[in-house]
Amino acid sequence: MFQQMTTVTIMNLAHLGSRVGTCLVVVVGIGGVVAVLLGLLAMSNGFRTALMETAKPDRGLILRNGSNQEMVGWVSNEEFGVISAYAGFAILSPEIYVTINVPKLASGLAADVVGRGVSDSAFDLRKEVVIVEGRKFRPGTGEIIVGSGAVGQYRGLALGDVVMVRNAALVVVGHFTAGGTSVESEIWMDLAVSQDIFRRTGGSSVVRVKLLDATTADAIDAQLRSDPRLTATLVMEEVFFAGMAQARAGLIETFAYLIASIMALGSVVAALNTMYTAVGKRSLEIATLRALGFRPMCIVMSVVIEAMLLALAGALLGAGIVYVAFDGLTAATLNGSGSQTVFAFKLSFEMLVTGCVWALLLGLVGGSLPALRAARLPITQALRGG
Amino acid sequence: MSQLDDQVSIRDTLNLKKVLIECQNLTHTYKRGGETLTVLSDLNLTIRQGDFVALMGPSGSGKTTLLNLLGGLDRVSSGVVRIQGVALDQLSESTLADWRAQTVGFIFQFYNLLPMLSALGNVELPLLLTKLNSKERRHRAQTALTIVGLTDRTKHKPSELSGGQQQRVAIARALVADPELLVCDEPTGDLDRDTADEILALLKMLNQQYGKTIVMVTHDPKAAEYASTLLHMDKGVLLSLRT
Ligand SMILES: Nc1ncnc2c1ncn2[C@@H]1O[C@H](COP(=O)(O)OP(=O)(O)O)[C@@H](O)[C@H]1O
Repeated sequence: MFQQMTTVTIMNLAHLGSRVGTCLVVVVGIGGVVAVLLGLLAMSNGFRTALMETAKPDRGLILRNGSNQEMVGWVSNEEFGVISAYAGFAILSPEIYVTINVPKLASGLAADVVGRGVSDSAFDLRKEVVIVEGRKFRPGTGEIIVGSGAVGQYRGLALGDVVMVRNAALVVVGHFTAGGTSVESEIWMDLAVSQDIFRRTGGSSVVRVKLLDATTADAIDAQLRSDPRLTATLVMEEVFFAGMAQARAGLIETFAYLIASIMALGSVVAALNTMYTAVGKRSLEIATLRALGFRPMCIVMSVVIEAMLLALAGALLGAGIVYVAFDGLTAATLNGSGSQTVFAFKLSFEMLVTGCVWALLLGLVGGSLPALRAARLPITQALRGG
Repeated sequence: MSQLDDQVSIRDTLNLKKVLIECQNLTHTYKRGGETLTVLSDLNLTIRQGDFVALMGPSGSGKTTLLNLLGGLDRVSSGVVRIQGVALDQLSESTLADWRAQTVGFIFQFYNLLPMLSALGNVELPLLLTKLNSKERRHRAQTALTIVGLTDRTKHKPSELSGGQQQRVAIARALVADPELLVCDEPTGDLDRDTADEILALLKMLNQQYGKTIVMVTHDPKAAEYASTLLHMDKGVLLSLRT
C-alpha cells in the first residue's frame, strides 16, 4: 500500500513540470496566505517583545486604585509624601504622562506620541536610558529629549527642532536609546515644566518605583491598598506590560487570523481548481492504474499528498518573503491609549510551524475533493477518455 | 514444463480444457440522460482455458463493454460473469481490484503506458501490488520484457519508443504478474500492418507457449487468422461462432 502510494505520488510529481503555471497559482496563493499570517503574527510578536523587554522584575508602577493606565492616573503630592515614607522602595520617580501631537515622517499626518515629564530619579530608575546625541534637558527649561524610535518615525524631532505644545515651544536637545524598549518611542522633559504646560500641578500621573526587594511587591501593594490616606495600588512592570501586550497583541492576532482566513478561502479555490485540472489530465493514467489493481485509496492519498506538498512549498515561500522583507524591520502601531509604540517584526519558529500547518490544511482541503472525484470516476468511462 | 505441455495437449485433443470464463444471461445497460441503452442482452458465453478468442463486429455493438465486464472493470446490470468459478458481482470493489491484479492482464489500443516511467518501470508497476522486493521485481520485469522481445531500450521512456515497441512494453506489463487471462482492446488498432502482425504473432506465442487465455476485441480481419475462436457480435448479441 505504502509502495503503491509512493509510486503514484512520485508519478504525479513528475507531472508537475508540465503544469508549472497552474501549480504556481497554488504555491503563490498559499504563499500569500502564509505571508500575511506570518507578517501579522510577527508584528504582534514584535509588539509583545518590545513591551516585555521594558519590564524589570523589581520595578513597578504606583497607580491610582482602579486604573490600569498611566494616562488616567493621578497621585497627588500629599499621597506621594505618604508613599515616600514607606520602607522598601529604592527609587521613587513621580512622572507626568501625556500625549504630544507630532506629524508622522511617512504620511505627515499627526499622531500622538507619549510625552513623559520626569525628574532625575527617572534616569536612576531606568538605567537603560542613554543619551546618544546631544544632551539631557536642563531642569526648569522647555527642553526635551526624544527616544530614537520616535526620531525615526516622526517629523521635526531632530536636534534643535522646536515642537509646539499648548503654546509652549519645546526644543529638542538630545536623543536617547532605551535598550530597544517601548520607552524609545517617548519624548521626555522636565517634570515641573510638564506639570505647568499640561496643567497638572499638585501631583503626577504615576509614581514609577524600584523595590529594594522584588519579593516584597505583594506586601507593599497590600499596604498601599489598606492605607486610608491613599487610593493607590502597586502594579509590577511584568504584570503591567504583559496585560498591555496581551490586549494589543491579541487584537493584532485576531486580525491576522481573520485576514488569513479570508485569503485562505481564495487560495483553497485556486488549489481546488488546479488539482481538478491536474486530476482531469491524469484521468486516463489513474484509470489505467486502477485497472491494474491499484486501490482507489492510494490514488486519493497520492493526489492529497501532491496538493499538500504544493501547499508546503507555498508556506516556505510565504515565510521566506516575510523573513526577507520584514524580520527585524521596525514599525509603529497605535497602542490602546492612542499613543504610538515602535516595535520590531519578530518571526519565531512557532509561527513558521503555524504557517506550515495552515498551508497543509489548505492543501488537504484543496486536494481531497479532486482526489475523491478521481477515485470515483468509473474506470471504464475514464478509459474511454471521458 | 514438458509434462505440463503434455497435459495441455492431451486435454486439447479430448476437448477437456477447463472452463475459464462463463457468462450467463448477461445483460448490460447504460443510462444516458433519461433513457436506458441496452448494450448487451441475455448473452451467454463460455471461454475455456487456453482459448484465443477474437471478438469482432461493427463499432458500437458492445464489444468493449463485454471485454470490460470480463476484465472486472465494470459490473453487469444482470446475469453472471464467472471466472475460475468466481462470480465477479459478488466481489467488493477492493477485492475486485486485487482479483484483477492477480488474474487479468490488460492490453489497450493506445498502450496506456505511464509517460514518465521507463519501459522497465512501466512493466514493474503491477508487481508493486505484490510482496516481491525491488530486486525480484526488476528481475521479473526484465524477464517479461525479454519474452516480448524487448531487451534493449528498457530504460527508455514510452515517448522514445515506436508504437510497436510501446505495445510490447504494454504486453510485458500485462504479462508480468503471470495472470491467467489477457484482455486486449484492439491491440493492433494503432499500428501499421507489419507491426500489427508482429504483435499478433507475439500474442499467439503467449497463448501457445505460455498457455495464456486471450480475449481480444479487434477490427483487423487478419487477426482472425491468429485466434483460435472467432466471435462475431452485433447489437449486443453474439451472432456466429467459429472454433
Ligand atoms: N459509459 C457509457 N455510458 C453510456 N453509453 C455508453 C458507455 N460506454 C459505451 N456506451 C455505448 O454503448 C454502446 C456499445 O459500446 P462499446 O461497448 O464500446 O461497443 P464497441 O466496443 O463494439 O464499439 C455504444 O453505443 C456506446 O456509445
